[in-house]
Amino acid sequence: MVSSKDAPDWSRVRLHVVTGKGGTGKSTVAAALALGLASQGRQVLLCEVEGRQGIARMFDVDPLPYEERRIATGLHHDGRAPGVVHALHIDPESALLEYLAMYYKLGRAGRALDRFGVIEFATTIAPGVRDVLLTGKVFEAVQRNSRNRHAVRYDAVVLDAPPTGRITQFLNVNEELAGLAKVGPIKGQADTVMTLFRSPRTLVHLVTVLEEMPVQETADGIAELRAARLPVGAVIVNQVRPRDLGREDLDAALAGRLDTDRIAADLEAAGVGGGRALATGLAAEARDHAERRALEDAQREVVDELALPTVELPRLASGVDLGGLYELAADLKAQGMA
Amino acid sequence: MTKARTRTRVGPLATNPEPAPPLDVDALLDDRSTGIIVCCGSGGVGKTTASAALALRAAERGRRVVVLTIDPARRLAQSMGIEALDNTPRPVKGLKLPGGNGRSKGAPLLDAMMLDMKRTFDEVVESQANAEKARQILENPFYIALSSSFAGTQEYMAMEKLGQIHADAKRDGTYDLIVVDTPPSRSALDFLDAPERLSSFLDGRFIRLLLTPARGPARMMTAGLGLITSALNRILGTQVLRDMQTFVAAFDTLFGGFRARAQKTFQLLQADGTAFLVVAAPEPDALREAAYFVERLEEDDMPLAGLIVNRASPAPVGTVSADEAMAASERLRKEDPSSLTAGLLRLHADQTRIVEREALLRDRFAAAHPQVPTVVVPALAGDVHDLDGLRRVGELMAGTD
Repeated sequence: MVSSKDAPDWSRVRLHVVTGKGGTGKSTVAAALALGLASQGRQVLLCEVEGRQGIARMFDVDPLPYEERRIATGLHHDGRAPGVVHALHIDPESALLEYLAMYYKLGRAGRALDRFGVIEFATTIAPGVRDVLLTGKVFEAVQRNSRNRHAVRYDAVVLDAPPTGRITQFLNVNEELAGLAKVGPIKGQADTVMTLFRSPRTLVHLVTVLEEMPVQETADGIAELRAARLPVGAVIVNQVRPRDLGREDLDAALAGRLDTDRIAADLEAAGVGGGRALATGLAAEARDHAERRALEDAQREVVDELALPTVELPRLASGVDLGGLYELAADLKAQGMA
Repeated sequence: MTKARTRTRVGPLATNPEPAPPLDVDALLDDRSTGIIVCCGSGGVGKTTASAALALRAAERGRRVVVLTIDPARRLAQSMGIEALDNTPRPVKGLKLPGGNGRSKGAPLLDAMMLDMKRTFDEVVESQANAEKARQILENPFYIALSSSFAGTQEYMAMEKLGQIHADAKRDGTYDLIVVDTPPSRSALDFLDAPERLSSFLDGRFIRLLLTPARGPARMMTAGLGLITSALNRILGTQVLRDMQTFVAAFDTLFGGFRARAQKTFQLLQADGTAFLVVAAPEPDALREAAYFVERLEEDDMPLAGLIVNRASPAPVGTVSADEAMAASERLRKEDPSSLTAGLLRLHADQTRIVEREALLRDRFAAAHPQVPTVVVPALAGDVHDLDGLRRVGELMAGTD
């Protein structure tokens, strides 16, 4: 771990919630984390709740139904047999019907509810019900009980969660619901879910890139999570630029002081055509790079001030494909995240 | 806007598609018949910055502009003077206007406003119902949920506010161009479907059923409804169902109003004076969303002006390929592990790969949507948080840089 004071032991964490601002790659990180956690024979469930079918695209499988599916073999590590990543696409309508069937044995009434548009009502407008259903299903996957006897028991569940701006509201919805429904089974259920989310068995990780707005939003998100007493895990800094230039070279590049004669000579020695023109061009690219690195460094300081365990993932120049996900999984593992 | 449209080619000539036609941003902004510009696209692509930059550029080219933003970065909001989320357009200071900064009649100007969707919704309710009824609605937990977290409410309210400002501007001549930033939708669907979804929802079967007890006739109490109410009472408790019924009954009289308003806004969006700009980053997800937007806009007869590919990586110099650069870098590193030139070549290879991938993604988009005028805006090295930064983005969008 890059900057943790006392390396936390996350081996007992059962639910990893991954959030982040749009465009920071939170789904990619969630998928990589699932692969990393699924090494050494462990069974991991990767859930998505926003109806995007992002998991199916990343793992190049058919769109996922409301059903747990094996989608990939976990990361090979330490020469031990890897485990399996399963995936589940949670949509609120299916979750509600399943919930009703499981807890209320509402056979005929369940269908009637659907026919009269109650399911649609409940999942679109009834305050927070949508999020209650989504979090409820995640809870069920973490705390498998006797009602779901034949289901796989997972060593860990990774949730590709709503973005940072909505995450606290999303996870805290059961608290609000418990306020709305003052008695009855819903209240009991909501309280149990909150107990899990606030326990050390849950962690919320925030994905960011080293730019001003995402970092600011991360800081705000952490404050909100803490205010709601939800456990904050790591800050995962994604898409970090390569660091092929040292501090001195970066400074020189910024100041326009790179020795283009030497670069041109090196280029010739390495058998690259282009000569001085290319050398000048490379120096200009280096200057641009140095400028962005300086901004990254400034934002990295802001991230450090958050005083949370921080891990960094490289920007993959050729895009994130399945191979790329395993690379990122290995990076997470190497930094103690998985 | 380009008037002459080229016909879609079919047959062998179509196999090698031409690059997308260029999007002429200045022509769009200068065209006095452009009254509304809507920027849409997925989250994190720089939509808010793009809207603000377009609005600033339009004002500085002589238009009377108001920009509706949703959630600008704090420093950007500060620089535009819209820290307060109060639903009121505020003048942006520090413009470089063609005729000086006098706010005389007809002179160019730029106002900015941050949208408060809950406030907008409340105002609609207050304007549609009498005080007593409005209070009942505003206090109901179901209304609070609907107005603050119903998927699509933000979109609906952005459109509602647009309709209001447009009507005011037409009446008073305050603005001749409205630039609208759209909320980062959970899905592209929300934005276009919200008005329809909301009104069809409020007209839904279950809502009708909930209203029946209030209306009395016992014959409506079918076996189905009895089953439902008892199931709901079992699960939620009676108080929740009562809140639900109060809300629906109070809202009932507003249904007609809402539906009519949504319909009007939809027509406004289809009108000739509206131009949609789809904003995307050169990433697979963002371009997939953009493709979806483009298709939906066409389906719904919405006037699409073009695609802005934002935050593109700057093109690398020279003709050295990524592989060549990597190979040379390895050779140099063998001699001198800390070679500066080796590092530069690796960076160059990285840059080249990114640019190639982005170009491929854009080409695929253009092949599938050959008629969409496109402009590629290179990423700035730093964040944009002042008018100078916005001006620079505007220049890049207009290609006058």
